[in-house]
Amino acid sequence: MGNLLIIFKRELLSYFATPLAYIFIVIFLVVNGFLTFDFGGFYARGQADLAPFFAFHPFLYLFMVPAIAMTMWADERKAGTIELLLTLPINLRDAILGKYLAAWSLIGIALSLTFPIWITANYLGDPDNGVIFAAYVGSWFMAGAYLAIGACLSACTKNPVIAFILTVTICVIFVLLGYPFLLGMLTGWVPQIIIDAISSMGFLTHFDSISKGVFDVRDFLFFGVFIAAWLFASAVVIELKKAS
Amino acid sequence: MIEINNLTKIFDQFTAIDDLSFTVKEGEVLGFLGPNGAGKSTTMKLITGFLSASHGTVSIDGFDISNRPIEAKSLMGYLPEGAPSYGDMTTLEFLNFVAQVRGYRGEEITRRVKHVLDEVELNSVSQQTIETLSKGFKRRVGLAQAIMHDPKVLILDEPTDGLDPNQKHHVRELIKNLARDKIVIISTHILEEVTAVCSRAIIIAQGKIVADGTPAELETRSKYHQAVSVRLSENYDLAADLVDLAEVGDVEKDSEDDMVFRILANEGNSIFSQVSEIAQSKHWPVTEFHVSRGQLEDVFRTVTLPALGAE
Repeated sequence: MGNLLIIFKRELLSYFATPLAYIFIVIFLVVNGFLTFDFGGFYARGQADLAPFFAFHPFLYLFMVPAIAMTMWADERKAGTIELLLTLPINLRDAILGKYLAAWSLIGIALSLTFPIWITANYLGDPDNGVIFAAYVGSWFMAGAYLAIGACLSACTKNPVIAFILTVTICVIFVLLGYPFLLGMLTGWVPQIIIDAISSMGFLTHFDSISKGVFDVRDFLFFGVFIAAWLFASAVVIELKKAS
Repeated sequence: MIEINNLTKIFDQFTAIDDLSFTVKEGEVLGFLGPNGAGKSTTMKLITGFLSASHGTVSIDGFDISNRPIEAKSLMGYLPEGAPSYGDMTTLEFLNFVAQVRGYRGEEITRRVKHVLDEVELNSVSQQTIETLSKGFKRRVGLAQAIMHDPKVLILDEPTDGLDPNQKHHVRELIKNLARDKIVIISTHILEEVTAVCSRAIIIAQGKIVADGTPAELETRSKYHQAVSVRLSENYDLAADLVDLAEVGDVEKDSEDDMVFRILANEGNSIFSQVSEIAQSKHWPVTEFHVSRGQLEDVFRTVTLPALGAE
């Protein structure tokens, strides 16, 4: 068992050693159910798909994911355990990935526990399960992108609240970048190529096509590269803090 | 062997560690002394690789801490300041985690963890979460993780802070038993600890070394080194009898006890026999008479105060 796995295990277990994981999962499920059935009109639409379920995810993640991410490094710094962790014979890469994957798994667990909605759709109609599966994976990747931003900003400070606020702010920007309303305001006076570039950085652009069943590897690739870039940035931040 | 060359750490404009160089060899227990803010903890953070130096190098058995961090860190056990550990884990879970990171697998984990639990007497709290433990127990959990892999180099930042006298004694015994073929660096502001466990002491002030030697050598730098302490039963003018002795310096009255005097020796000369002869011939009304050792505390003040700009 490599150090990455050891750290992953420790982090994941520590989420479940406190009420944090349970509260996160319960709230995630309750809010998801509320949004899907009440706001999304899951039944009233009369369509056997999970579109109203996934449509709210970009906004749900906006405050749920930073809440998980904020403690990732800020708490270690506050409690001084970062000094212990970074003086153990561990690669920084293993520490960053181990912690990140543990938090991402927690979100994955919460997301997979929404399966009754999937079952409901299958019970009531005949949805395209391939599309739903791709949308689940896409949603998880998008959550991973939020989480990677949060991981990096959590490494910048020892105050989790500051990390939370910064993360929400940056995430809002990346959600808005793909928002048709914002793009509409730019049309006409900004060159199309810049609008496309801005739009291609937005979470919604990629998530919308995934959740509508347009399977394009590039959308997944976007989130993958996005996550890798922010995790690399976390490593840079942690190294810089050592030298400051 | 630990080699530290021209180690410098600058935080913004403030120079915390200023061109520090020293080596520590196997078998040495080095006490790292200094006033608060002198740079003790910063030096330890630099040695263990938690901070990176502005200039200079640290090498552990030939492994440079910035170029070969994994190898260097594998050789070291470290108790950071305040003994941080993951509060939501039990003692046992935490030590298992450390054992795994230190490369132990399977049965060996159980064996190593049991060994350190016995060594620092943590068995009674092995199932308790660390955040519920008292300060003394937390410190011992920190010690346990530091000695997990029987490291060649042990770096302990204030290892006995917050322990009761029995626990302090126990930890000191532990350090002494470890020390034979190892390098131990402990920082402390308890001077008796240095005399009790250290074979060498370095005093730093404002990031610079101001004294380096065995505790006994440092004691000789005290003005009380070789002084004769006398308790009288009635008032008597000792100084008048000692005027002719060139080796004798001042006679000081104890600040707490009117009847206790200290006869200071010039330049560390042994004055015991001369003073005792005079005491007998002049029939001093003496109830106690002994040579005092140099006081480390006195040396500490003498060497650190000029650096701090006082006096």
